[in-house]
Amino acid sequence: MKTQNQRAWFFVLPVLLLVAFNALIPMMTVVNYSVQETFGNNVFFWEGVRWFEELLNSERFHAALGRQFLFTGIILAIEVPLGIAIALAMPRSGPWVPVCLVLMALPMLIPWNVVGAMWNIFALPDIGLLGYFMNTTLGIDYDMTQNPFAAWATIITMDVWHWTSLVVLLSYAGLVSIPDAYYQAAKIDGASNWSVFRYIQLPKMKQVLTIAILLRFMDSFNIYTEVFVMTGGGPGNSTTFLSIDLVKIALGQFDLGPAAAMSLIYFAITLLVSWLFYTLMTKDDAK
Amino acid sequence: MRKRSLVPIVYIIFLMLPIYWLVAMSFKTTNEILSGFSLFPQTFTWDNYVTIFTDPSWYLTYVNSILYVSINTVISICVALPAAYAFSRYRFLGDKTLFFWLLTNRMAPAAVFVLPFFQLYSAVGLFDTHIAVALAHCLFNIPLAVWILEGFMSGVPKELDETAYVDGYSFPRFFVTIFLPSIKAGVGVAAFFCFMFSWVELLLAKNLTAVAAKPIAAAMTKTASSAGYELGLLAAAGTLTIIPGAIVVYFVRNYIAKGFALGRV
Repeated sequence: MKTQNQRAWFFVLPVLLLVAFNALIPMMTVVNYSVQETFGNNVFFWEGVRWFEELLNSERFHAALGRQFLFTGIILAIEVPLGIAIALAMPRSGPWVPVCLVLMALPMLIPWNVVGAMWNIFALPDIGLLGYFMNTTLGIDYDMTQNPFAAWATIITMDVWHWTSLVVLLSYAGLVSIPDAYYQAAKIDGASNWSVFRYIQLPKMKQVLTIAILLRFMDSFNIYTEVFVMTGGGPGNSTTFLSIDLVKIALGQFDLGPAAAMSLIYFAITLLVSWLFYTLMTKDDAK
Repeated sequence: MRKRSLVPIVYIIFLMLPIYWLVAMSFKTTNEILSGFSLFPQTFTWDNYVTIFTDPSWYLTYVNSILYVSINTVISICVALPAAYAFSRYRFLGDKTLFFWLLTNRMAPAAVFVLPFFQLYSAVGLFDTHIAVALAHCLFNIPLAVWILEGFMSGVPKELDETAYVDGYSFPRFFVTIFLPSIKAGVGVAAFFCFMFSWVELLLAKNLTAVAAKPIAAAMTKTASSAGYELGLLAAAGTLTIIPGAIVVYFVRNYIAKGFALGRV
């Protein structure tokens, strides 16, 4: 049982100040821009909710939002089952386990634009391993800078490569925490592999899987650097996800008002999911 | 059983392929790269690495990255330790709201913050300094560190604190000599994750720096434009960015999952 102690606020104060400096001031700037129009020189005009109305009715925003949800949906549909399958196939113990874990974690420790550059080099049609294999060995016409489908396929493969290990590591941590006695009991009962998975392994993995799914949701929803380096949002607008579009509007066109309105809507979606995440997690903590 | 172990092996091979290609590229000469496809470097060369380690505009960016990542890790851990202790031991007004608010900052899209950060850090005169990037990365690293440390601290029984007080320990002395050693794995993991997320992030790091504090990963964009299409050099710089992560991950290999689960496995 935790004790009530208001002086605990002093312990939290440094964190509060630092994060507030980083989060509140920029957020207020964004709110400020979102209701104003500017033509430079620090001259601002009040616009009210105009940018929000325009944004919510704009084809461009709908398209970017649609692409973002499609991308995140595909990512989750591939990475979660694949991650669970790999975790189930890993040996419970042995000298190879730490080696496997370190190798699997490696893609996650590479700077994100290096990941993008690496996949660019890997996918070059004439001299990249993947591009050469596709074009010459398989005879498929593959070039992610020309073909939207190839661009999507490459980005999805890249993300699977980059982040499936997160699901594997978390599921595996859940799996090794299951005592042997559970499996022995299942064996005595003559349980099938499926029922062992459904009634022993899956419930034990539930909490870590919740975390894995929501982290993957958030991070794929915020994806920017890798895609920017690989396709820059192209060909055309086919891989222009929310973050890419936002940076284009804010830094490319310098339309601060619309960019700020978009930031706030983007952030609201993120906040909603964070809240879901928090509720699910603290519910499990309380048990 | 034998068939099952094939799955992780195939998966790891898939993970290693693009990395292999990057490393192989870095040992090829520009001529060989442009002349066509080759699975292994035909004329093995260290030239690309020599260029990076002799040209200050390359190797200084490497130093820059390490510098701001280290500053960030130190700041994050120092302020997160007392906060995590408060969250794990006490109830206080607004504790749950605060804990959630911290998490939202880990979840915030970095793209939202690029422009306001640029203006904020320019306004306080910190633009293009290491400390600016280190502070900016605190936005997502402090919440992460607080969550991970809180997870580890909650695993330490409260009786430890009480016994120490009965024995006459003052709070600072108890915290440093008894409590910290008992969660040192947690501190290691939190430090690793701060290091890692600061190391891999680029959008903010790139936009908060120009010359003096430019990160290695941002320097890579220059090869494509100014120095022609030097893929070998690009690959060598990329390979070098993998090394720090590969070294530090070894020390926390048994706790990686716990860190990713924000201290909750």
